[in-house]
Amino acid sequence: MNLVLFIFIVLLGFTSYYFGRKKAYTIQSTNKRLTALPQFYGYYLAIWCAIPAFIIYSLWAIFEPTIVKLLILSDYANQGYLDDELNLIYEKTKALSRGQFTGEVTSFIQTSSEKYLNLRSIAQSSKVVIVLCIIIASVAYAYKRISSNNRTREPVEKFFNAVLFTASLAAILTTVGIVFSLIFQTIDFFKVIPLFDFVFGTHWYPAKAFVRDSSEALDPTMYSDTFGAVPIFAGTFFIAFIAMCVAIPIGLMSGIYLAEYASYKVRQYAKPLIEILAGIPTVVYGFFAALTVGPFLKDIGTAMGLEVSAESALAAGGVMGIMIIPFISSLSDDVITSVPQSLRDGSYAMGATKSETIKKVIFPAALPGIVGSILLGVSRAIGETMIVVMASGLAANLTLNPLESTSTITAQIVVILIGDQAFGDPKTQAAFALGMSLFIVTLCLNIVALRVVKKYREKYE
Amino acid sequence: MNKNKEKLLAKRYSSEKRFQFLGKSAIFMALLFLAFFIFKIFSTGYTAFQKTWLIVPVNFDAETMYLDANPSKEDLEDADYFEISLQSMFNLDKNANEKQQNELKKMVSYFFEREIKQELINDPSLLGKTKEIYLTASDDLDQVFKGNYPRDLPEKQRRVTDYQLKIFDQLVEQGKVESKFNLSFFTYPDSREAELAGIASSFMGSIFSILVCLVIAFPVAVLAAIYLEEFAPKNRFTDFIEVNINNLAAVPSIVFGLLGLGILLAVFQLPRSTPLVGGITLSLMTLPTIIIACRASLKAVPPSIREAALAMGASRMQTTMHHTVPLSMPGTLSGTIIGLAQALGETAPLILIGMVAFVNTIPGSPMDPAASLPVQIYIWAESAERGFVEKVSACIMVLLGFLIIMNLFAQIIRHKFEKKWS
Repeated sequence: MNLVLFIFIVLLGFTSYYFGRKKAYTIQSTNKRLTALPQFYGYYLAIWCAIPAFIIYSLWAIFEPTIVKLLILSDYANQGYLDDELNLIYEKTKALSRGQFTGEVTSFIQTSSEKYLNLRSIAQSSKVVIVLCIIIASVAYAYKRISSNNRTREPVEKFFNAVLFTASLAAILTTVGIVFSLIFQTIDFFKVIPLFDFVFGTHWYPAKAFVRDSSEALDPTMYSDTFGAVPIFAGTFFIAFIAMCVAIPIGLMSGIYLAEYASYKVRQYAKPLIEILAGIPTVVYGFFAALTVGPFLKDIGTAMGLEVSAESALAAGGVMGIMIIPFISSLSDDVITSVPQSLRDGSYAMGATKSETIKKVIFPAALPGIVGSILLGVSRAIGETMIVVMASGLAANLTLNPLESTSTITAQIVVILIGDQAFGDPKTQAAFALGMSLFIVTLCLNIVALRVVKKYREKYE
Repeated sequence: MNKNKEKLLAKRYSSEKRFQFLGKSAIFMALLFLAFFIFKIFSTGYTAFQKTWLIVPVNFDAETMYLDANPSKEDLEDADYFEISLQSMFNLDKNANEKQQNELKKMVSYFFEREIKQELINDPSLLGKTKEIYLTASDDLDQVFKGNYPRDLPEKQRRVTDYQLKIFDQLVEQGKVESKFNLSFFTYPDSREAELAGIASSFMGSIFSILVCLVIAFPVAVLAAIYLEEFAPKNRFTDFIEVNINNLAAVPSIVFGLLGLGILLAVFQLPRSTPLVGGITLSLMTLPTIIIACRASLKAVPPSIREAALAMGASRMQTTMHHTVPLSMPGTLSGTIIGLAQALGETAPLILIGMVAFVNTIPGSPMDPAASLPVQIYIWAESAERGFVEKVSACIMVLLGFLIIMNLFAQIIRHKFEKKWS
């Protein structure tokens, strides 16, 4: 029924476009001057036909269930039911009226189910009637405006402009959505666990905070020494550090080589090939690290008499470094190519070799841009999830030994939230608090990096 | 004095050579990683496209199946196939004791009864006759046949018993073991049994997620890019939007997963584990990528086009919609495809919204629970069975194949349709 109405509105919109345009031609045939191209008459009518109807339609879709629920539950008001029980009654009523109810049918639920069906059918038919009335009224209004040859282009373009503007708000809405989804859970989390314990505690053991019975009161002492995030933060930065130890030398050197030495042909093939590394999904890297690199490092370690965990930080960090190489190489390539040629020429004129020019002139000039690209790489490494989940350990050890297993923010979020979650449980909220800290850290890194790169670009443009 | 100078010069030249060598070796290292990586995936994965079958004679005895001589189609559907299926396996070794019979049964997949049933339903004239039928071998024997299974381990440490190996070797000698193209890998949904696991369910899940993502992200991103590039006044607010977009492009993907969980699932109560939610989450993630690509290609349209249109009396909206936007479409489309390819390989946000649930049906709509290809890789990589290792690599090959096709497509659109202004 809803779909039929929806399609009906769309079809009406299209027909009114043709009517509007036809009307414009009729006006034109009476030798009157049109105020806009005929299709604007069509757009005008179509917008007036469809948009008010859609607004009513969607408002109805949003509010109908709530109002129906209120009306149904008003029968049960003042009988001492709790909110949860009322919700249950409503769910039962809905299930019964859909014929999916399997429990014992009481006469109460029977009556309210009948009432529910009744209300729904009233709501449906009144929705159709109201939407049709709105369409008739707004089309009549718009048709009258067209007939008296009012301006149509300006309102139509204003409307399109508003649509474009609304679309551009999507980015802000997403950011707001991220902040909102994180902040409430995080605040709830810090109501139970003091911020101090979270930031400075050294024991991370969320499994201890098992799911409580909901009737039990929260006992904060139960969670003391459970959610100390220091090992997690340390592990995150440690693995990112290992990754950067792999990515910076290789990425930077290949960026420099591609920008300064490589012939056109080498550049043409090597650059896209290296960038393939960035296009490989991270879960593939994770599988690679877990299946090949981890056991390989373990074998080498055992041969050298070292104790290496199969899920060592080194394996995860190293593979992550390979993943980040192309980011650093192509960003630093861009940065180096945008250093003005005059700087190079000046240095060559003084008799410097190519590598001396690079080291003493180009590199310092490009340094801000390179630092920016490295910061973006670090932010990638901190936010990378699948490699760590699959190749690094899940137990949070506070260690600086790259051969042991450590855990990261992202890995812990996945570990906590995989499977079913109970919202309102400190364990679940802890994942959101970790997500919040991840978001803040990467946000700061990104803002700084983007600003540095932008400043640098402006300098040479 | 002169000698010192020469020495210095030699030193400088050798340092130059060293530096160049470092650059070359850096590129070489990066390419080596890539080559090793691809080699590793292919060498472990190509065997998954073959499947081992045991050819076993089955006696379709009407009496054992409780059928009369001329059964109807329904009778065939309802008949008891278990007994003849078991018998056909037990007949491989007539002297087997009870324990060994049990091992014989485990040499084929637990699907074998259904495979035998399908054979009879396809050809009812087989009733009362004996026919050799292809049965899917168990994944351990499959691995043995492909040579991935160390046979020299002590019996306790492997899942195949000596007795099973003996019978299997006899079958191999008689030519009753065959390897054929593994069609079921593409047509079956996920399964706990490696020999029956396929990518159909996760493949459809990926397709639905990507479609949802495309339907939401593409229009919104293009409209937003048009506004920001062509209409937006230069003020604080539009600057803010711009900073927002650039930041969103660098937010870790797992944070979008938390957004999907905390808003789409918890607040809007959308169904868990579905491609619908996955697609919406991915669309928020690809939105900035497409906006940035679309803005870049709008920016590349030379101002002379706009000026010409404006000079002919077109309004700004007409100029944009009739001239600038169509000219920028190739760049926008290739940017969109690249954004979608990124979304196709994304795993972490989908795990958080519950697309890791075990799904053994093929989803028919975006509202059905499903996994996606990268999540399937994760699920199989986490399971311990040896048979899944090659499946993971094969699944990676399929996923990489798709990514390559999408990227090629983007390149073709860009090179073929994009106008070069110079």
